[in-house]
Amino acid sequence: MSFPLIVFYVLSAILLFSAFKVVTAKNPVHAALWLVLAFFTSSGHWLLLQAEFLAIALVLVYVGAVMVLFLFVVMMLDINIEKMRAGFWQHFPLAATVGLIMVAEMVLILASPQAHLAGYEAAAPLAADASNVKVLGLQIYTTYLMPFELAAVLLLLAIVAAIALTQRERKDGKYVDPAMQVEVKAADRLSIVKMAAVRDEPVINETNEPQA
Amino acid sequence: MEFIQGLLGEQAGLVVWTLLKIVAIVAPMMLAVAYLTLAERKVIGYMQLRIGPNRVGPYGLLQPIADGVKLLLKEIILPAKSNKALFIIGPILSIAPALAAWAVVPFTDTLVLANIDASLLYIMAVTSMGVYGVIIAGWAANSKYSFLGAMRSAAQIVSYEIAMGFALVTVLMVSGSLNLVEIVNQQGRGMGGGSILSWNLIPLFPMFIVYLIAGVAETNRAPFDVAEGESEIVAGFHVEYSGMAFAVFFLAEYANMILIAALTSLMFLGGWLSPFPASWGLLGASGFIWLALKISLVLFCFLWFRATFPRYRYDQIMRLGWKVFIPVTLVWVVVVGAWMMSPLSLWQ
Repeated sequence: MSFPLIVFYVLSAILLFSAFKVVTAKNPVHAALWLVLAFFTSSGHWLLLQAEFLAIALVLVYVGAVMVLFLFVVMMLDINIEKMRAGFWQHFPLAATVGLIMVAEMVLILASPQAHLAGYEAAAPLAADASNVKVLGLQIYTTYLMPFELAAVLLLLAIVAAIALTQRERKDGKYVDPAMQVEVKAADRLSIVKMAAVRDEPVINETNEPQA
Repeated sequence: MEFIQGLLGEQAGLVVWTLLKIVAIVAPMMLAVAYLTLAERKVIGYMQLRIGPNRVGPYGLLQPIADGVKLLLKEIILPAKSNKALFIIGPILSIAPALAAWAVVPFTDTLVLANIDASLLYIMAVTSMGVYGVIIAGWAANSKYSFLGAMRSAAQIVSYEIAMGFALVTVLMVSGSLNLVEIVNQQGRGMGGGSILSWNLIPLFPMFIVYLIAGVAETNRAPFDVAEGESEIVAGFHVEYSGMAFAVFFLAEYANMILIAALTSLMFLGGWLSPFPASWGLLGASGFIWLALKISLVLFCFLWFRATFPRYRYDQIMRLGWKVFIPVTLVWVVVVGAWMMSPLSLWQ
């Protein structure tokens, strides 16, 4: 067995195990962390395919940004695991059927002659100084320019939609314009009252009743 | 290398040789981290009219060793209600990226552990994982202060990573490469003939400032150290850590500082290039010493900031990251792009 093949099997074992744990982990935070491991391991698979740019992009985008925000949200949730698992066996037959259909569909597609996977040869090793990024960039900005731009527009749409959904004034918001904060002078906040440093001794009138 | 390969065979020899190189990078790094803590205490001390540590060894030079021994000998306390496994993994995940990023950092144009093509991307990817150490540690400790620190840190690091990424995009646009060696070599060409005038510092000055400030925020250093925020949340994400587990967070923070300083030097300050023209003989010659000087200069700025500025309020941090830095960098990416296409381009 060659070295890359050993690496492939080790990575695959870790990937399958962590993917399994994502589904079965009792604690949602643990599940999210297992998912991080799964992403990281699959970037190793990209590296084996000599797609270093995609491997690094996967780590950068999914591990470095998406999953951090995901964890952020999951850690704040208060999830009762027992409640979540209550109807597990009741829903199991339906879920299993859906899962099996999905697996069958994937097998059908991948095993069909149109997929050309049977006679697929391993990619020829690239020259040591070949730039993955350059090759990918050339492809994206020439051959696949249109799909690339469409994907960009789609992402932009998602950004605009997300901002539009969250951009609303709260009634109890305490937002203060930073420009106004900067412009504040001491006189706006504090008024200095001149008082005489010495006062006359208060006159005590013995005839008055003592104050309550 | 040939000698070791002859001794152990080709494959094993390569592995041993690479391990030796890793040790040759990590060991001086740890020493640098130790003495950076001393430098910090001394520099801040003098800025505040104190003399800093001066009891252990001459001028306090053995202070980091004493601190290290103290931390090694202290007990690591596992909080009873914590998540034990993640509590241990937290510090590990925080130091591992800080060290792994050094694999592609070049020290001179030939002295680099792994001269990979996309080294800049690799560094961005690896350093973006450092935040997991903080989040996991903060969550696993099962303490409210820890958790607040972790949440603050996660939001802050993700915010500033974007501005940092855009700053790097302009650098790779003008260099036409993602390789750090190539980025430095590109700064040696151009109008100034390899002197300070041809560094990225001048044409990309706004990006340099953004990168430097975002770097301070990424490393959770003052004035962006709300993740620790002693006065508000005691020590943030590492409030429950003691002994060596705490020290590992400390090491990671300082290793990250040195890494950011090295990257700033490589990308904006010409790396190992001399600030003088190459025709000036010994002064104009490039070498590791220049890189070391530049890293020290940037690190001094880190310490200087800490002694100078009060901590930012949390909403101010978010405003600076999202409403100031990201628009500035976005505009500057377009400006540099137009500049490169115009006849006035400096980067032909």
